[in-house]
Amino acid sequence: MIVAEQKKLEEIVGQIQDFNKILLVGCNECVTVCEAGGKKEVGILASALRMYFLNHGKEMTIDEVTLERQCDHEYLEEIRDMQDKYDAVLSLACGVGVQFMAEKYHDKPVYPGVNTCFLGATEERGLWTERCQACGSCILAYTGGICPVSRCAKRLMNGPCGGSTNGKCEISKETDCAWQLIVNRLKALGRMDDYEKLMPLKDWSTDRAGGPRKVVKEDVQL
Amino acid sequence: MRLNYPANLKIIRVPCTGKVDVIHLLKAIERGADGACVIGCMEGECLYNRGNFRARKRVMQARKVLRSVGIEEERLQMYNLSSSEGPKFALYANDMTEKIKALGPNPLKAAKAKLKAA
Repeated sequence: MIVAEQKKLEEIVGQIQDFNKILLVGCNECVTVCEAGGKKEVGILASALRMYFLNHGKEMTIDEVTLERQCDHEYLEEIRDMQDKYDAVLSLACGVGVQFMAEKYHDKPVYPGVNTCFLGATEERGLWTERCQACGSCILAYTGGICPVSRCAKRLMNGPCGGSTNGKCEISKETDCAWQLIVNRLKALGRMDDYEKLMPLKDWSTDRAGGPRKVVKEDVQL
Repeated sequence: MRLNYPANLKIIRVPCTGKVDVIHLLKAIERGADGACVIGCMEGECLYNRGNFRARKRVMQARKVLRSVGIEEERLQMYNLSSSEGPKFALYANDMTEKIKALGPNPLKAAKAKLKAA
């Protein structure tokens, strides 16, 4: 899922303080799971903002709505009539949702309430870690299901490097060396032969370096 | 026992303090309560194992929000007692009332009145 983190209240206040009526829009998908922008967080943030502005002597209307998704037309359409009544929208969706909202409601100021961080997993309640960088050409089949693109600081295709010590990366003692994890896993799978094979240069044209990407699936298009 | 405790305390019963969410505490303050406290079972004695620990965490989360909006976080408190400790309940009720009296009324009430008058 996409992992995001709520922005600090001061930053959000700075973005919306010149308006009088704000629609705070949450998203039921990834940001709900990472507890950054779901219905619960919308309620808490809306209450906090109402108290903040009231306490600072400003009359501010903050209304709440949480959509199933903010990255799909049909769900964003649900607030078409509603958004007209507000000066601005504060979206707690990931960067995708905020942008899609801004595209759809062209003359409505839309502000992000979260920082979108990475594609990751919930390791435990309250702890999310990066697992994928959406490079566009997956090599997990060759690396024992552990991704050196997202988990090795150098994105090495043939690791580890000299900075790997006792299974940890030189950038931080808390960061596992991805290549140590790969070797451990290949050993467990009895596939150390694969480790001996040199990986060819990775095709980075499917990564962000090739500019904004798109996926087209013509057979489902109407 | 016939113990006295301040009459200004309104009791809301919940099945377990683990049911109390951050938004409940914030809404209480937002709507003008001078303070709110959660009184749970003794730590380690929750029927659902972690209900009172969850409640304590949520009180802390709500206090953090209050701090960020400029309202005294002490308006939210968490206490623990066992169900047979009537005197302790009265003690906590008095303690909470004293704490809130020292802080004065919820600043949002005055702010709301000021906005209305303007």
